[in-house]
Amino acid sequence: MTGTRDGHRGTAGAPPHAAGTPVRAEDRPAAPERSPVLAARHVHKAYAVDGGRKVAVEDISFEVFKGEFVCVVGPSGAGKTTLLRCLSGLMPPTSGETLFEGQAIDRVPEQLSVVFQDYSRSLFPWSKVARNVELPLKVEKVPKAERRARVEEMLAAVGLAGAGDRYPWQLSGGMQQRVAIARALAYRPELLLMDEPFASVDAQTRFELEDMILQIREDFGVTVVLVTHDIDEAVYLADRIVVLSKAPSVVAQLVDIPLERPRNQVRTRNDPEFAHLRTHILELVTGG
Amino acid sequence: MQQTLRGVRAAAVHLWLPVGLIALWWYASASSTSNFFPPLSTILDQLRQLWFFDHTRSDLLPSLRNLVLGYLLAAVVGIAAGALLWRVRALATAVHPLIYFLYVLPAPALLPAVILVFGIGVEMKVWIIFFACVWPVLLNTLDGMRGTDRVKLDVAASLRLGTWGTMRRVVLPAASPQIFAGLRTALAVGIILMVVSEMSAATEGIGYFILYAQQTFQTTSMWTGILVLGIVGSILNFLFLRLERRLLRWHYQARRALQVA
Repeated sequence: MTGTRDGHRGTAGAPPHAAGTPVRAEDRPAAPERSPVLAARHVHKAYAVDGGRKVAVEDISFEVFKGEFVCVVGPSGAGKTTLLRCLSGLMPPTSGETLFEGQAIDRVPEQLSVVFQDYSRSLFPWSKVARNVELPLKVEKVPKAERRARVEEMLAAVGLAGAGDRYPWQLSGGMQQRVAIARALAYRPELLLMDEPFASVDAQTRFELEDMILQIREDFGVTVVLVTHDIDEAVYLADRIVVLSKAPSVVAQLVDIPLERPRNQVRTRNDPEFAHLRTHILELVTGG
Repeated sequence: MQQTLRGVRAAAVHLWLPVGLIALWWYASASSTSNFFPPLSTILDQLRQLWFFDHTRSDLLPSLRNLVLGYLLAAVVGIAAGALLWRVRALATAVHPLIYFLYVLPAPALLPAVILVFGIGVEMKVWIIFFACVWPVLLNTLDGMRGTDRVKLDVAASLRLGTWGTMRRVVLPAASPQIFAGLRTALAVGIILMVVSEMSAATEGIGYFILYAQQTFQTTSMWTGILVLGIVGSILNFLFLRLERRLLRWHYQARRALQVA
């Protein structure tokens, strides 16, 4: 079934129930203490261009709850990367606000981690793989023995056990992105923000990485927000999809993806519901 | 065996021309009777007598001490100031004209002024070497840091490395190939200033030795000084390149990996 989940849009900013006030069962939220991990409230971003202003993001609001896998899709030029930079705290929105666990984001929050599209630029070529993954742990002043163990654990989680002693540029593209994901996961963040993480790898590798990120989400219980232009990828991965309109972008629709889990590249993609959902989103994206 | 053979071949590829030129010099000058161009054999003979080790102790070592002090000071100050200017953009904009003014000013032109301030001792020589070496280091550091990939700065922010952590773990290594280019230029400039400073006002040093020998018509001694200077300069350059190759191995290998792919 396709459609907006009004509960998610409607509860934004709703006051908590006063103690003792009787609440009718159908009015009560499914889980009363369920507050969003990440929230965008009327995020608007405009750039100064040649004396004029270019609006990249018009007005975007949505929420992400603990444990959810949310994909953001939109036509190219819809300001997806701009939105992600605002959500991660790398860049302030022109107006509106972004909240992480209820706190306004003015810099990258401690429990938030980012994976960038271009792994060849995001990894540090002067450090070996293990040291790349270890760096955030050093920042957190994790003791050395524990750091080692954690690096090994993370490399194993992304299927790169034993590759710590190599340099990033000695690895294939897919392996480099695995390293970047291991680095992002090293300090066990609550939330993983990913900006088109699989756009620069070949199709076969992309399937592998998609399944890996789903597995990692199961294993580590991390909440994931993944920005992509690939609608099939979004439907395959997500619990919920934020569909953006053409620039200047607004939220065209929030679409629930009720496909069963665990998902399977062959089975899930052959599900008639999958085809139905992707057609629906494609129509939204192309405005057809 | 195979390894040795390859080593010999590599040495041959690198050395055939210098060795050939030295041989040419040797034979062409062998029967020379000119006072200005004595036979190479005479020069080498004299070199052994003068530089093992009297003048090495009295002239070469003081020269090298000045060079090392001035150069290291310039390296530290140049990298630190370059980093500061990268961090504080407004400051960089303000001091930019001044830096270029000083950069294009030939350091030897400042010698008379530096002598007035510091006299003709060690201090003067260290300062003039420092002054000549600091600009290429500073400008290359600043330029290299400005070239830091934006994505890497985003990563640094997302890993919350902080100002110092970002500098030390991202910006400095990212700029290091260009910083080394600056240091290499500075080394050449430093050797020049080491000699020049000793030729205008000094009582010791290899520059002083060469000039003194020429002025007292000891042409053969003069040639030995020039030869020693050339050899010492080559050794310093060789050591520098070895160090650079080692510290920037990731850079050269990554570049090669990119070209192959």
